[in-house]
Amino acid sequence: MRQNLTRADLTETIYPIVKTSRRDCAAIVDAVIAEIVETIAVGEEVKLSGFGSFVVRKKAERMGRNPKSGEPARITPRRIVVFRASRLLKARVSKAVPS
Amino acid sequence: MIKSELVQRIAERNPHLYQRDVENVVNAILDEIAGAMARGDRVELRGFGAFSVKRRNARVGRNPRTGTHVEVQEKSVPFFKTGKELRERLNEGS
Repeated sequence: MRQNLTRADLTETIYPIVKTSRRDCAAIVDAVIAEIVETIAVGEEVKLSGFGSFVVRKKAERMGRNPKSGEPARITPRRIVVFRASRLLKARVSKAVPS
Repeated sequence: MIKSELVQRIAERNPHLYQRDVENVVNAILDEIAGAMARGDRVELRGFGAFSVKRRNARVGRNPRTGTHVEVQEKSVPFFKTGKELRERLNEGS
């Protein structure tokens, strides 16, 4: 049973669609992922209907704790990516058993 | 950016590809990722992040409008963890 899907699997997925070499297919998979990543990286929202959306949120500075030493530590302000799954994806996944 | 814009941008950067093929490719990739999660599998895409499935226990919820208690069954939900590279790019120089 497969438990981890990677770029190599996606390359195989699109091979029958574009009918070109596997090397080209791998490049196309990279291009798709890169376009999504670049868009998120500039802070733009990516909405993929039927799948979900990626939004960049800002988090303010706050005080936390070093879990190892227990010392209070300042957590710097940062930007995080939030993925919100679409209703369709949630429905597809709801009965899944994590492998 | 919505899906059609994603397709358009990729097609513009790759003039050797038909826009319709790009559209089919994007849909196939998203469907494959969703399908893997539906099987309970993980999807790991370096430079982007990892999709996985998390189990949520059954709980007693409440209808926010009426206040009545409702039983919520055990279920699985999609989860995305941002990859190191993307996380660092979003926080450069801070």
